[in-house]
Order: sequence, then structure tokens, then C-alpha cells
Amino acid sequence: MESRKTQLWVGVFVVVGILALFFIALRAASGTMTTSGDSYTLYAKFDNIGSLKVRSPVKVGGVVVGRVTDISLSGDYYEPRVEMSISKEYDQFSETSTLSVLTSGLLGEQYLGLEPGFIDDSVDTLEDGDMITDTKSALVLENLIGQFLFSQGND
Amino acid sequence: MSQFFQSIGRRVLDSLAGIGYALAMLMSAIIGKPQPRKSWPLFVKQMYVVGVLSMLIVIVSGLFIGMVLGLQGYTILVDYGAEQSLGPMVALSLLRELGPVVTGLLFAGRAGSALTAEIGLMKATEQLSSLEMMAVDPLRRVIAPRFWAGLISMPLLALMFSAVGIYGGYLVGSGWLGVDEGAFWSVMQSAVDWQDDLLNGIIKSIVFAFVVTWIALYKGYRSVPTSAGISAATTSTVVTASLAILGLDFILTAIMFGG
Repeated sequence: MESRKTQLWVGVFVVVGILALFFIALRAASGTMTTSGDSYTLYAKFDNIGSLKVRSPVKVGGVVVGRVTDISLSGDYYEPRVEMSISKEYDQFSETSTLSVLTSGLLGEQYLGLEPGFIDDSVDTLEDGDMITDTKSALVLENLIGQFLFSQGND
Repeated sequence: MSQFFQSIGRRVLDSLAGIGYALAMLMSAIIGKPQPRKSWPLFVKQMYVVGVLSMLIVIVSGLFIGMVLGLQGYTILVDYGAEQSLGPMVALSLLRELGPVVTGLLFAGRAGSALTAEIGLMKATEQLSSLEMMAVDPLRRVIAPRFWAGLISMPLLALMFSAVGIYGGYLVGSGWLGVDEGAFWSVMQSAVDWQDDLLNGIIKSIVFAFVVTWIALYKGYRSVPTSAGISAATTSTVVTASLAILGLDFILTAIMFGG
């Protein structure tokens, strides 16, 4: 029947329009994790995370190994705590690894740089749910200028 | 000399009468006791003609415009090492401007001209008069379902355009040119505000839908019932509607994002 087909197509049309709205609202306003493959979770505490965002990449020597999945304040002193999910492919990072907030380029986005530590018999590898203790915070330009001026004043 | 003033006066009066006529047409088409049982099938039919059949051209142009935005934006942004900002650039330009405006222009060309031609031909073949003879109000029967169908389907088309365009930008930027996928979406998410950008874009597309459909219906309804008259009315629909979209877009942008 002709009107049946018409109704079907109008239904499809409206549904596709609403799906487009959801796509934009979810992908452009907030989103979920889409790292492919298995992953494990690590945590790290910083003094200052700068402008790090959820979904920012975690890189080892420039190679993306994972993504930031959550940023929150934790503990009595409200320290920024970053939760990141690292690909299972790279699961041999030692406990002594360091993590720092870095910036790509002069105006670029901030990301986490993971520096693998030494491996020894006495050192364990990082497992799911472990905390990376050795972290370097983001460089905040205002603080840097403040320190510079302060050190100039001492001379 | 008096002829000069007379011609100005005639034009002003004509255009005022036109605006009044268009308003009266719209009012008597929309306002009245709703008859869902009678008008729903007519509305669905028009949604199909106006909306569904415009889907293909809107989605294809959205994809290509998004891909071109990704390509052009990348070549400029990469000079400053800021290619991560490709996501917000594509998303904001699509949601704020290109989505509503280009969809409006395509809609005026694809659906608006068809509406004008159809109603003009109905008038030329005296179908509208016949409806009146049968005590059926042509405004309620012919104009109203087309108006509602246009008003509802164009914002949906604009949303599809933006969504497909963003995906096209993602395909080119992330899949081809190697912008980091996570940065593309995360920077976009932090830059795009659903109220400022998404909602304002939707408001724009609703305004454009109203204007385009109204102009198309009015031009058809007032067309000179000859073949030359219908062709002039169709041309005039596309020209007037496009100019109205571009002019209104500037005013709306100034109100929404101007400060």
C-alpha cells in the first residue's frame, strides 16, 4: 500500500533526525571511552593537572598507549587524581615509572607522558588498579613567572 | 515627476499588500480547530515529499562539506601545531553556521521550489477554486500540511547535515590526515556547548524552516496562473528564500554570538 510505505519512510526520517541529534549531543558534549581492545586501569595523583582532559592521550615516547578516563579530586587534601586506561598490549611498566603532564607544541593540547622505569628483581610491574606515585605536575605559566620574579628579587 | 512618485508609492503599497496577504494566508491556514483525523494523513504525505526526499542531497552535501572543512582546516591549523583544534573548528562551524544555512539553501532549492510549482499549478488548473466550490478550505487542506511538514522536517535535516558533516571531518582529519582521535573528540567536547552551540543552531534552523516554507507557499499561492507565471514564482521562491536565509542568519548570529 502506498501510504504504508510513505509512513514507513517518514518514520525512518524522523528517527534518523533524532539519532543525529543524539550523535551530536553525545559526541560533541560528552562522550564515552572508545579505546579498542583490552585495557587495564592505572591511577596517579598530581599537584596540578593543568588543562588535562578526560580522553587525553597517555604517551610513551610519543606513542599513544592509553587514555585518561576520569579526573577527580581525592583524599583529605583534595589532590587531583587521574584515572587512565592503558592498552593490555603494554603491561610491563615497572613501579618506578614516572608520569608527567606535558604539552604538545606551543599551543597544543596537554597529554600524559609515561616514562618507563628500570626493571629489577626487587621491582614489580604495574598491575590493574595500581597507583603511579612518581608524578610531575603541569607547568603553570603564572607560577613560573612568579618564581622567576621571586628569584630575581633575591639577587 | 508625479509619475516617479506614483511608481514608488505603487511598489510600497504592493509590497505591503503582499506582506499582509502572506500573513493572512498563514494565519488562516494555521489557526483553527485542529482536525487530526483528516489532516494527519495529508501531513504524513507532505513529510515524505518535503523531508524524506530531501534527505539524500542533504546527507551527501553534509558529508562532503564536513570532509572539505577537515581538509582545509588541517592545512591551516598544522602550520601552528594546533591540528588538535580541528575537531572544534569543524563542529562549531557546522553547528553554528553551515548546518542551518546550507541546509536552508538546499531545502529552498529542493523542497521550496517544488512546493511553489505544485501550488502554482494547482491554482493554474483551478484545483484550488474547485476545492472552494466543494466547501473545502484550500488553506487548511493544501497549505497547512505543507507548512507543518516543512517546519518540522528542515530542522531534522539540518541536524542530519551537522552530524554527517562532523563525521566527515572526523574521517578526513583522523582517518586520513592523522589527527589524534581522542584529541579530536575530547577537544571538540570541551569546546562545544550544547546550549550555546547546539540549541542556537536548532533555533536558527527552525527560523529558516519557517521562512523558507512560508515564502514558498505564499509565492505559489499568489502566482500568476500561467506557465510563465509559475516559472517566475518558482525562481522568485528560490531567490527570495535564499536571500532571506542569508540576511536572517546575520541577524541571528549577531543576536546569539555577537556579544
